[in-house]
Amino acid sequence: MKRLCTTTLAAMALAGAAHAEGELNIYNWGNYTNPDLIKKFEETYDIKVTITDYDSNTTALAKVEAGGHGFDIVVPSHSYIPIYVEKGLLMKPGIPEMENYGNISDQWRNVDWDPNREYSVPWQWGTTGVAVNTSVYSGDINTSAIWLEPPAELVGKVNVVPEMQDVMNLALFYVGGEPCTTDREVLKKARDVLVAAKPNWMSMDYGMTEKLSNSDVMASVNWNGSTFRARINNPDVAYGYPKEGYPVWMDSAAILSDAQNVDNAKLFLNFIMDPENAALISAFARYANGIDGSEAFMPEDMKTAPEIVVPEELKAAGKFTGACPAEAQEFYTAIWTELQK
Amino acid sequence: MARGFSVTSLPGFAAIAITSFVLLYAPILTMVIYSFNASESVALWGGFSLRWYTAAWENTQVQEATIRSLVIAVSAALISTTVATMAALGTTRRGRFKGQTLIYVMINQPLMVPEIVTAVALLIFFAAIKVATGYTGLAYLVLAHSAFCVPFAYLPIRARLEGMDLALETAAADLYATPWQTFRRVTLPLMGPGIAAGAMLAFVISLDDVIITEFVKSAGQDTLPTYMLGQLRRAVTPEVNAISTALLALTVILLTAFFLLTRRRD
Amino acid sequence: MSAPTPSTARTGWILSIPALILLALGASGPLLIVVVYAFLEPGEYSGVVWNFTTEAWFRVFFERDIFDDTVSMADAHLTIFWRSVKLSVLTTLITFAIGFPTAWFIATRPAGQRALWLFLITIPFWTNLLIRTFAIMEVIRNQGLLNTALIGLGVIGEPIQILYTDTAVLIGMAYVYLPLMVLPLYAAIDRFDFRLVEAGYDLYATRWRVLRRVILPIVKPGIVAGSILVFVPSLGAYVTPRILGGGKNMMIGNFIELQFGQGRNWPLGAALSLILLAIVLVALLAYVRVTSSDRQDG
Repeated sequence: MKRLCTTTLAAMALAGAAHAEGELNIYNWGNYTNPDLIKKFEETYDIKVTITDYDSNTTALAKVEAGGHGFDIVVPSHSYIPIYVEKGLLMKPGIPEMENYGNISDQWRNVDWDPNREYSVPWQWGTTGVAVNTSVYSGDINTSAIWLEPPAELVGKVNVVPEMQDVMNLALFYVGGEPCTTDREVLKKARDVLVAAKPNWMSMDYGMTEKLSNSDVMASVNWNGSTFRARINNPDVAYGYPKEGYPVWMDSAAILSDAQNVDNAKLFLNFIMDPENAALISAFARYANGIDGSEAFMPEDMKTAPEIVVPEELKAAGKFTGACPAEAQEFYTAIWTELQK
Repeated sequence: MARGFSVTSLPGFAAIAITSFVLLYAPILTMVIYSFNASESVALWGGFSLRWYTAAWENTQVQEATIRSLVIAVSAALISTTVATMAALGTTRRGRFKGQTLIYVMINQPLMVPEIVTAVALLIFFAAIKVATGYTGLAYLVLAHSAFCVPFAYLPIRARLEGMDLALETAAADLYATPWQTFRRVTLPLMGPGIAAGAMLAFVISLDDVIITEFVKSAGQDTLPTYMLGQLRRAVTPEVNAISTALLALTVILLTAFFLLTRRRD
Repeated sequence: MSAPTPSTARTGWILSIPALILLALGASGPLLIVVVYAFLEPGEYSGVVWNFTTEAWFRVFFERDIFDDTVSMADAHLTIFWRSVKLSVLTTLITFAIGFPTAWFIATRPAGQRALWLFLITIPFWTNLLIRTFAIMEVIRNQGLLNTALIGLGVIGEPIQILYTDTAVLIGMAYVYLPLMVLPLYAAIDRFDFRLVEAGYDLYATRWRVLRRVILPIVKPGIVAGSILVFVPSLGAYVTPRILGGGKNMMIGNFIELQFGQGRNWPLGAALSLILLAIVLVALLAYVRVTSSDRQDG
């Protein structure tokens, strides 16, 4: 045992001693960063990169806000970027002057949550829709009715990811409302449809790549990339874009205002705007990235994947939704509590 | 001590005990099996393969997280068991004194609030210290883990000591043993099983902790549980099964060696 | 036993001080922050705003109907609280029913073997909680080990839906908390002088009488410790209900987590956890008092 400890300590010391030219600390969602991308960056610039994981925007924000964390780069969802900015947690690293800035697709350059990309560069974007096992149900899947008023074949086999914001927004779209609304009539409708739908659900859980793959779950509110990964394992799985409206989101990389390795962090932001590197990001987690020209470097199956390429007629139904202000948030939490009590 | 089998064996107890061992190992067995899974899933069998062992071998992040978990758990178990043993000595066997209940409540306090609450409190508290001192090392995690492990170490030791009187110690003192000798030769062996039970609990509790670690960790301080928590939302890969199986195998080998060696000495 | 003397109290405090300092720095002390937070306003997107208010406390007990502004008792909170208490009591009973025979079995092995059995009971717990929970899921899911075995044996025709039910949560919690029951019980049983049982039988006592009059009093501190270690943490359990229960129904742990997470209402989370702390504290003290009333030390 003692021997083991000494070896362990020696190994740790060695890991610390293998000192590269510089360091970079990235704080990102778990299972979201392609190790090959990091390896390439480390070799190109002789910088030692450390990845630390988080599991939710709220945890990440709370930790960054508290300070003393030692992170340089964080990758929040679009709805959280304005919050970080308002709290003064991000710096303006001069992204528009960066060499690869021109590679950002027009669609993703001047975005509401970060005009002109002063603070953040695209990491990946995706949609929240419904995944359905078509061997069980072969009707129209481009609707939230799949989970809010499930067809008989799917009753008791539906999962809903416990993502309050996404689920509430989908329900509001379904009843004809807008996200973050404070219109009580609309909210009441949304609550009623959710509460009525719950007995038809099997679970409210994450990890759907897995459960869709092995047919534990036959339909789920789910993200497109995860559904893509499930379809590779199980060809019966298909992804639907609810025509009533569905959320579109983008995670973006930004430099923290108390970062200690600012220069390295800037190198990294520029690095991931390179099409070849952006393609590495996408190849790993299976979401699109918002960098022009990256398609050329992507795995063949991603170029035509129905989970990635939004059908023309359903594009308009996709909507960016911000984090709700406190008043609307209170309605959301109240309805959510009632749903999960 | 001579005792008949009939005295110690209560009807059905052995059967229940064996069943519970079997039940305990059933999930562990599935974990081991799925670590050899060829498919990219922890629950869908795709044939035998060593790909996750290869993947884990190449994934330094998961290796470092595992080692970090072990280092923290060993330190936390040592620290918490030491202070818990002292506290248990102080609060049992000597009759009641004023403030005893207060000590009891304070020691058990970490049990009484959900982890997330302690986590948020520690986040705010430690972040202030991190900013002020610039030190962001592992000590914060070790401190937090040691603290919440105290009741887990204390209660078994206390359960052991409670109701045992001081007759043996008094006898030792009468025979001119120094207080240290008395402690070393009489009290400590008496407490042994309690301390062992407490230390084991503290160790596994520290190994399992997710939420407090998630909030206290600084850059590059993922433990195996927080690494997995990060994956939970997307997909957990059998890589962690492979790592855990390897650890399990290592544990079994070390323990077997340990028991063979001590048996020879007997 | 010696009567309490001033020196007893002094030694008691001195020996307890390292533990108390450790706790003050790493657990209880920082918790004061939470006490303060319970009296503040929630921040717009996270954290708190430094304005004094008792709104959070009001919200613990009452809910304002969001649609017609009427105020009523917070029955969602009661439902969640009741479910947590029910599941935690059941978990404690199950772990005791399984754990007592197991601890007894270990304590009655020959001295040289006991450590081995103790390790055997803890080794599964060296494997991470999340992995264990996923492994349990693998055992109880519809195409899992259990259902396949039962169908194979002809006991059932259709798989039983266990996963995502309260039963699954119970199985998971009983599994996770079992060592917390077994180890303190073992520590208490192991000091037991089995000649006492023999003496009991020699005096023609029935098995039940021996169990009640001889064994139980000696094992009691172990039972107290074990049930505290199982009951209290399972009240605040988070991972198991979320994964095995399918997340459809919250327990207190999940509900408080919601306030600090997606719900973005830290003061409410703080107030809820302080209420929980108070309830557990009262229950704990009552429990310790009742179980120690017939002890004669001190």
